[in-house]
Amino acid sequence: MGLTLISTHTASSDATLDITSGIDSTYNEYQFYFVNIHGSEDDKQFHFQVNAAGESGFNETITSTAFYAFHEESGTSFGEYTLGYRTNADQAQGTAYQPAIGYNMGYDNDQSASGILTLYDPSSTTYLKHFTSEGSVAVYNNIAANLFTAGYINTTSAIDEISFKFNSGNIDAGTIYMYGVS
Amino acid sequence: MALTLISTPLDITTSDTPVSTVDITSGIDSTYSVYEFHFVGIHADTLHTDFEFQVNASDDTGGDFDTSLITSTFFRNYMGEAGDYAGPTYKTDRDLAQSAGYQELSYMIDQDDGDESLAGIFTLYDPSSTTYVKHFTSRTNANHHNGEYTLECFAAGYINQTLAIPEIRFRFDSGDIDAGTIKMFGVS
Repeated sequence: MGLTLISTHTASSDATLDITSGIDSTYNEYQFYFVNIHGSEDDKQFHFQVNAAGESGFNETITSTAFYAFHEESGTSFGEYTLGYRTNADQAQGTAYQPAIGYNMGYDNDQSASGILTLYDPSSTTYLKHFTSEGSVAVYNNIAANLFTAGYINTTSAIDEISFKFNSGNIDAGTIYMYGVS
Repeated sequence: MALTLISTPLDITTSDTPVSTVDITSGIDSTYSVYEFHFVGIHADTLHTDFEFQVNASDDTGGDFDTSLITSTFFRNYMGEAGDYAGPTYKTDRDLAQSAGYQELSYMIDQDDGDESLAGIFTLYDPSSTTYVKHFTSRTNANHHNGEYTLECFAAGYINQTLAIPEIRFRFDSGDIDAGTIKMFGVS
């Protein structure tokens, strides 16, 4: 098999993109490909949360890490380049939305973020649910950033729904492809 | 890009007999120039053990996974449930320099609460090349230490060998693998 396209979700000024079907025991690994996610507001983060089966509110407990590299297009306003831990994109037993592929995203017409989120074994009722993500971001103040997040959703209940949104404003454009890996 | 499932070398639960190693001795050849190994729900029967790999080159098939020299880098990132974090930090005790030892992909993995595990992807490039050294990259996430940490590890490097690499072994450095899935994909 390999990668099987389960569903495609295209944004058009949507407050959220919620995927409420297709995450089940068919696959023990799911990959979400984000292509040119573009927000309606400047300097925002693109993030996700999940629901355990039968739950609502997208508020499961998450512990996560985040680090990033960035490089300015010009100048040294922020040090020109860096590699470091990214506080505020991590969580310690938090129930907030978890930054995935984008942080400090720009909303100029040519700015967006793209990347991949991998969710492992969401239907397990034994283990916590690990995830990793990597995104390439056009940051609002003309910086190229590479954001890495990883962690676990601290529940042994199955996860069957996932929600994506910005911390403010709409998802103006962009496409999310959900694949099952088998 | 397409992923093609070649085999599932490990697919066990804690109800099954644990295995000390996962040895993949077929399917790694010139069919694909990139191979991915996906780890899901890898669970150890021993506390605080390290997950690692080594290979056999074509002059040592059936060997003991102890002759190929690896040079590698290793860095990690972690966050505790209590909010203590660190990284990305280079780990000088997890890398190799022309060593025939096993290369760690994650370390000090927890298992005693029953809900901890490791997940990730290991990529091996062009193992059938007889010209180049063999590059690999790995990214894993695991429950670490006392189970209240998320630990993300990045390992990368090369097997300093121009012979083909037809065999690979994954294992914990102590104890057995008592649950988990490993799938081997060809990338084309």
